[in-house]
Amino acid sequence: MTVDDGRELPLRVLLAKVGLDGHDRGVRVVARTLRDAGMEVIYSGLHRTPEQVIEAAVQEDVDILGISILSGAHLSIFTRVFALLKDQPDRRFRIIAGGVMPDEDAAALRAMGVDDVVGQDTSPEELVARVRSVARMSSIVST
Amino acid sequence: MASRLVTTADALPARIQAGDQGAIARLITLVERRDPVGLQLLSELNPGHRAHTIGVTGAPGSGKSTLVARIAEVYRRDGKTVGILAIDPSSSLTGGALLGDRIRMASLAGDPGVFIRSMASRGALGGLARASLDAVAVLEAAGMDVVILETVGVGQAEVDVVGATHTVAVVSVPGMGDDIQAIKAGLLEVADVHVVNKSDYRGAQRTVAQLRDMLRLRHRRSGQWNVPVAQTVAETGEGAADLVAEFARHRDWLERTGEIDSRDRRNASARIRWAAQDLLADQIRRRGAEFDDAVSRVAQRQLDPHSAAAAFIRTTGPSRARSGDLARSQARAEP
Repeated sequence: MTVDDGRELPLRVLLAKVGLDGHDRGVRVVARTLRDAGMEVIYSGLHRTPEQVIEAAVQEDVDILGISILSGAHLSIFTRVFALLKDQPDRRFRIIAGGVMPDEDAAALRAMGVDDVVGQDTSPEELVARVRSVARMSSIVST
Repeated sequence: MASRLVTTADALPARIQAGDQGAIARLITLVERRDPVGLQLLSELNPGHRAHTIGVTGAPGSGKSTLVARIAEVYRRDGKTVGILAIDPSSSLTGGALLGDRIRMASLAGDPGVFIRSMASRGALGGLARASLDAVAVLEAAGMDVVILETVGVGQAEVDVVGATHTVAVVSVPGMGDDIQAIKAGLLEVADVHVVNKSDYRGAQRTVAQLRDMLRLRHRRSGQWNVPVAQTVAETGEGAADLVAEFARHRDWLERTGEIDSRDRRNASARIRWAAQDLLADQIRRRGAEFDDAVSRVAQRQLDPHSAAAAFIRTTGPSRARSGDLARSQARAEP
């Protein structure tokens, strides 16, 4: 993300934990990794609802919404997220799912509209590269 | 690189005045990044009302964010809409930031009468003070009754920022002891209300007493605002309603004495100066070769810095926000 004179502007990322899942060590490590890569990172805290997370992503005008799910509830949570996103026709942010997901579920998430699924064994370097890569996708997302 | 504009840039002002959160957020991003279209739209927005702007600042760990959430809850109970701009420092090494204020305001999530935006101190082009006050202007234009600007009061930029609000609250906590002195002197002077948070801790009364002593020592002209020292326990909300009452008393005093107009004049003056500094910085960046030439001449003692600067300014062209630039920016907005 640059302006005319070539200066790089920081990416804005919201990292969210949705539902009953209480595991937050991983998402905090991701937050620090992305900050150290020069991004502005907002962490939602635990036990947010999909409505609250989308509200935050909208208000913060983030480039990336990352939802971390280690509870196995990813399909139902993302189904709810994408149902809500139908009310955001000019949403700009891309969506990344993080956590522990079987491959077939990852495929299902991508079919719903998730832009990348990042497993918890992803290295910090690869994580940063993939976040930047997703952010470079077109600005307006049609849902 | 395409700027991140929506196709409906023209519709943003109407959507903002209708309270559309996506539009408000988008314009804040544009003005933070000094996008010409954003700045143009900002100039076209007419709030039609004056929000009560409140600056809340203090050392890290003083519980500011939690306190701001409690303050917002009181305003919401009173039926007022609240915009919150929470500023956190960026790393000077990486430029990245963990914006950790929103997480402490979870009780406000889902309330359509509250808009919370996190801003990093280095993420704004041209300076935090300018960007944050432009963001406050957007929130005011969106119809917010109260706009709270929360910062960690560590740098001059942060002091400048809170000083540009109507009511400045400086938060300290017990146990700071002699560290009251450690609060930047500029902050202590700029406070309209002092708040001792975590007042349930030991030493709270001593902190209150130290603040009152410090305030007594200041030369006070008659008719000046008598700075109160409020006590709160943000965790429980104790004292928040009384604190909001102090803010209201201060606002009334500003209106009654006409002081609000001189504050607004002072803020307008600061914002113009910051905008002018930004424009000059733009010029220096864009006329790099010319600037480098001046640098060489000054370094070789052929020219003094003051003459170089004056010559540079004399040859400064029209401002960036020309209609040509605006049209080009709008053209970029179409995908």
